[in-house]
Amino acid sequence: MKDIKIKVNDLSLYYGDKKALNEITMDIPANKVTALIGPSGCGKSTFLRCINRMNDLIPSVSITGKMLVEGVDIYDKNVDVVNIRKKIGMVFQKSNPFPKSIYENIAYGPRINGMKDKTELDEIVETSLRQAAIWDELKDRLDDSALGLSGGQQQRLCIARTLAVSPDIILMDEPASALDPISTSKIEELVHQLKEQYTIIIVTHNMQQAARTSDHTAFFYMGNLIEMGKTNSIFTKPVQKQTEDYITGRFG
Amino acid sequence: MNSESPIKKTFTQESLKKQFRLSEFLAEKFISMIAFLSIAIIFLIFIFVFKESLPLFSFGSDAKAKTEAQATSANKPESYGTEPEGDLKPESYGTENAEDLKPESYGTETTKDLKPETYGSEPADDLKPEVYGDAPKEDLSVPAEDESVGAVSENQEGSDKTWNTFFTSEWVPVSENPRFGLLGLLIGTLKVTIIAMLIAGPLAVLAALFTSCFASKRVKEIIKPIIEMLAAFPSVVIGFFALMVLASFFQDVFGYDSRLNAFVGGVAMALAAIPIIYTISEDALAAVPKTYTEASLALGASKWQTAFFVVLPAATPGIFAALLLGVGRVFGETMIALMATGNAALVSANPFESVRTFAATIGAEMSETVFGDTHYSVLFFIGSLLFIFSFALNAVAEFYVKGKLLKKFQGK
Repeated sequence: MKDIKIKVNDLSLYYGDKKALNEITMDIPANKVTALIGPSGCGKSTFLRCINRMNDLIPSVSITGKMLVEGVDIYDKNVDVVNIRKKIGMVFQKSNPFPKSIYENIAYGPRINGMKDKTELDEIVETSLRQAAIWDELKDRLDDSALGLSGGQQQRLCIARTLAVSPDIILMDEPASALDPISTSKIEELVHQLKEQYTIIIVTHNMQQAARTSDHTAFFYMGNLIEMGKTNSIFTKPVQKQTEDYITGRFG
Repeated sequence: MNSESPIKKTFTQESLKKQFRLSEFLAEKFISMIAFLSIAIIFLIFIFVFKESLPLFSFGSDAKAKTEAQATSANKPESYGTEPEGDLKPESYGTENAEDLKPESYGTETTKDLKPETYGSEPADDLKPEVYGDAPKEDLSVPAEDESVGAVSENQEGSDKTWNTFFTSEWVPVSENPRFGLLGLLIGTLKVTIIAMLIAGPLAVLAALFTSCFASKRVKEIIKPIIEMLAAFPSVVIGFFALMVLASFFQDVFGYDSRLNAFVGGVAMALAAIPIIYTISEDALAAVPKTYTEASLALGASKWQTAFFVVLPAATPGIFAALLLGVGRVFGETMIALMATGNAALVSANPFESVRTFAATIGAEMSETVFGDTHYSVLFFIGSLLFIFSFALNAVAEFYVKGKLLKKFQGK
């Protein structure tokens, strides 16, 4: 694995006294799609939220270990969490567009970063929506409320919104779990296109989705990272028995 | 067939038959009755209040007669006992009744003695003439020097006259020629309301924003109950505090002349309105889905930006409702107004002048007025105005929130 984007070293996370992540150590390659799989409650979403420090919002959480993004520990005292999140975008399981117009949803990110120029904003909105492959569907209704869109459109709008702040890394927390197969395939296609420019980490419950979209796969179980490797090898000849059992559907 | 049927008998017409559940039915009816009861009560209150002000709406000579009759009987309410008509329906100031009552009362010496202000009798000619007609409009701002203006001697009294005085600034309800200028009261009420809302609105909404977006859980647990406790303060206590402490304090700071004025009253009423606005805004802000906050933070927005550009706009309908409730509270607040505003019906834009509000006027004068008097009716008319105002406010809020804000923010 060359071009390692994120290096995780002995990262443990506690909810109060309960240990939710147990000394995770892994390398996440740049400009690839890394899938995190595992049964519910295994800590994969928690781990994903560690990467842009969304877990900071939960007061009881404490974290030990290191999370190095391009060599910088994002849990360092001198790191501003806002700057991290600008560079590490996130798409949530449940699509969550703001109760604003489609245009305003996309423009929100650039605006809070101080962009005021209307033409520049227009441009960003258009490129983001194009990147998210939703421009053609939405270009005539930019002033409509985003909440009037279908679930799949909302999710792609959220992806576009994330792209609008030009992040480096995109975290996706089961982005297609609530969508129908057609929307899902659109999102997967989108993930495929986006990895050219972005490092993508995707949490999924769907084995096929992991197999289809990712280059690398990490299997989590009970807060431990059991196995990580190229998606091909994980799905064809997993090293660990647990991984094999999970992938073949014997538990989880 | 027959041998199979017992197994398949799970679903039969019989077992699926509609059941009548009496207790549930009764409970449901009872609950709905209670729900409608509150509407009925509001309606009845309005009817009653408005009914008492009805005499004001009967124009012409009948009304005049009635007014006089009421005025006469008013000074000695016990006298109803002597008159059979009055005894039967003392509250009905219908025209017939008035005619019945009138002959005994006016024109007699007692009437003159008791209340020289009864118009229609001789003394009225000397004293009253300046009230109706053009005169009052000239001396709008000089409530004291009314007696001297005497010009038009107009014996056409009653509601016409009362109505004409409504649009003047003089509130002189007890006089030989009473004037019920609502302008001063209206301006006073608006002044206090605006001052109170300018203070309470931002304070309460920002405090709510702080507790829901910035404060830690522990701080929130402390702040919220304390602010809400303020709502439990009797307004007479707040009024007393304003009267004794705030008034002197602000006089030292601003150096105004009248110690009790719109500003002091406004500040005190803000204290009463803050907990209401705070509580409802806080609920509205807390109800904003966490996913919005997360989405915003994940885009690299700071907490501050998230609070102001995402959470606050999303909670706007609720905050708007909270502000309107605050306005309603201030508008109808009686005790604080009575104690802290100075109770002088002046027409002036100066926030440091004494004012008299609608509610305080009712509170102060209702116990001193005579039953069925014009003054009495006017007070109830003011009550109706207050009612209509808050009703309109709520209706506007409802339609505005439903029609515009929700559309804007939820895209429905």
